[in-house]
Amino acid sequence: MSSPRIGVFVCHCGLNIERTVDTLSVSKTLRQYSGVAFVSDYDYMCSDPGQQLVSDAIREHRLTGVVIAACSPAMHEPTFRRAADDAGLNPYLVEMANIREHCSWVHLDRSEATAKAVKIIKTMVEKVRGNHPLDPVRIDHVDKCLVIGAGITGIQAALDVADAGFEVLLVEKEASIGGHMAQLSETFPTLDCSQCILTPKMVEASRHPNIELMTYSEVLNVSGYVGNYTVKIRKNPTYVDPDKCNLCGDCEKVCPQSVPSEFERGLVDRKAIYIPFQQAVPSTYTLDERSCLGLHPLRCSECAKVCEPGAINFDMQPTILEEEVAAIIVATGYDMYPIVNLGEYGGGDVANVIDGLQFERMLSASGPTGGQVRRPSDGRVPKRVVFVQCAGSRDPENHNAYCSKICCMYTAKHALLYRHAVADSEAVVFYIDVRAGGKGYEEFVQNATEHEKIRYLRGKVAKIYQQDDKVMVWGVDTLSGKKVEIEADLVVLAMSMDPHPSTRALTKTLKISCGGEGFLKEAHPKLRPVESLTAGIYVAGAGQGPKDIPESVAQGSGAASKAIALLTQDKLSHSPETVSIDEEICGGCGVCVGMCPYTALSLTVSGVAECNEVLCEGCGTCVSACPTGAAQLKNLTDFQLREMIEVALSDG
Amino acid sequence: MDKTNAAFEPRIVAFLCRWCSYAGADLAGVSRLTYPANIVPMRVNCSGRVDTEMVLTALEKGADGVLIGGCHPGDCHYVSGNYKTRRRVVLLKQALSEVGIDPRRVHLEWISASEGIKFQSTMTSYTELIRELGPTPVRQRKEPVHG
Repeated sequence: MSSPRIGVFVCHCGLNIERTVDTLSVSKTLRQYSGVAFVSDYDYMCSDPGQQLVSDAIREHRLTGVVIAACSPAMHEPTFRRAADDAGLNPYLVEMANIREHCSWVHLDRSEATAKAVKIIKTMVEKVRGNHPLDPVRIDHVDKCLVIGAGITGIQAALDVADAGFEVLLVEKEASIGGHMAQLSETFPTLDCSQCILTPKMVEASRHPNIELMTYSEVLNVSGYVGNYTVKIRKNPTYVDPDKCNLCGDCEKVCPQSVPSEFERGLVDRKAIYIPFQQAVPSTYTLDERSCLGLHPLRCSECAKVCEPGAINFDMQPTILEEEVAAIIVATGYDMYPIVNLGEYGGGDVANVIDGLQFERMLSASGPTGGQVRRPSDGRVPKRVVFVQCAGSRDPENHNAYCSKICCMYTAKHALLYRHAVADSEAVVFYIDVRAGGKGYEEFVQNATEHEKIRYLRGKVAKIYQQDDKVMVWGVDTLSGKKVEIEADLVVLAMSMDPHPSTRALTKTLKISCGGEGFLKEAHPKLRPVESLTAGIYVAGAGQGPKDIPESVAQGSGAASKAIALLTQDKLSHSPETVSIDEEICGGCGVCVGMCPYTALSLTVSGVAECNEVLCEGCGTCVSACPTGAAQLKNLTDFQLREMIEVALSDG
Repeated sequence: MDKTNAAFEPRIVAFLCRWCSYAGADLAGVSRLTYPANIVPMRVNCSGRVDTEMVLTALEKGADGVLIGGCHPGDCHYVSGNYKTRRRVVLLKQALSEVGIDPRRVHLEWISASEGIKFQSTMTSYTELIRELGPTPVRQRKEPVHG
């Protein structure tokens, strides 16, 4: 191979680099460095003229490698690799030397920063010297998308992908799709009936020719890689054949077992055999094996006796389905922060202290009270209701530190709907701040405070407890500085939003991450909000962070568009910076095979290791374990690393 | 040599995994969190790529300290590379003690992409620690041999 001709391009980044790194001196030093054929510096290397400078130099000076000394590779590595490609240089011969984030921005002393910048650039020159031209690995992919969670976010994502002409597998853990939105009465700020706008979408999702719906099902395992994930899903037995069930409801009437209804938030009971709600999709009964008397060991079978179509089958078994999908959208949603955690507010203790979702069920025409507000303790209509915002939110010492975002709005809605529902009623709202950012939101709250005679008290509630028939609320009105004591008939806590409890386990299965508070982590908080760091896995909805319906729908559509962009590609590209095995050196010990988390390595019949570059993600764990040095990471070999270390530690 | 010599500037190599610690260093930069300039960062895909031989190479070539930054346990982008690193580092530190090199000259730290402040504090405290430990005994012994 002829001697290397490496070009070094030093960016000033305006003053971002130039202020602390003497780019002129850096350029001068690099000109003397072995293998460097060309050095240039420029104000903004990423600008069009900057890129042109790089392309021109590649052609003019017949460069065999390029080091861009500028910002983090996370910013502009693709930019310059593309520019090099256009100029006829293999993109994998281009590397970024990060002298901004790792140098000019974090050091104050100009001479120290300049010396460090030189070292960083020299390590990258050494890397480029050892790099080889590579071509992306092209892989085929299947044409299917998995959507996990069928609340409004998942439904929207599934419909969008399906409408684009791709098959979708929509998996929901509960017996019906619809999620929390199905539980709501009206939605802020327009007061649309929640079910009226949701149920058409639920039906559409269930009837769409491209959507396969799997309810009462869970994702057990995911393996593979972008474009070719293998997912294992367990469909739990419902013990009712949906094709035979005619929804007569006879089974429910005779079932002797009652448990609190999850959908009605425990305000009423349901039977062991039940339909979650009238508009449930799929429209069928489900036998909950945890509460049924009859499954094991002795069968009560009252339901089966009365079921005329013979839809009930006690011998139904869980089925495991294995599917290949190209992309996965995770829309696992939220759960309410447990009310029992709020002992100071009588949560779980005082019957007439309820959470916001319970109040939604009361307001809902299809709810247990038929839309009438009633006290859980005695069924009386409450004349004075206190609403407490930030219950479990914005309280880093005791509860969640974050703002749950939707509670200000739904509390205003609750108070307003309550005032409309009950004549001569009094609504009091305790708030820390009112956060009403959103189209029409502030106007909605203003209307509630000004025209609906809802009393807003600024301050935190200290204590809520039962006194005789009433619920006592102690708080402070921080605007007047006075203690407030209110005798309420009912208290509604605007509970904090938690990520759904299943989220953390699922992130382990999918090998994506969640933040400290347990919400799904996005690849970039601003610019890549619906992508995970794993290619082909997307996140959307309230599982990613507290959000309301319009935002959830937008994220569902956003994630869908990302998945569609992937599905429409003919072939997918995979980084070629994978592991290669030198068969001459490999002793066939097989240590690497056990190290690989992707089963990319195997032993061939001739007794040497072999790497499947489609499966290899390039982590290099096997390289570290290989006792002979036969396993090497392309473009970051042991040899390259040693050279880089040497120059990093050299004197000048 | 006086070990507390203020003129001593530690030479430290930091192997940073691309997904967590390197990104954490980027965040420290974006947030303009300053720290000593003694550390030369090197990007690897995974802390699991940092084999003991590379750490030894760095020490042999005169590093006063070697820092390895990886993802927090359970967060490894490559599933389990950081666990393997953790085991390797424990063994390596034992071996270093046996040959008379202070095991603190090799340090493993979990720094996530959102921990710019932790990156800054780690770089600052580790540089201080190495300053206290003084120049590596390897460099002093090595120089006459290799000339």
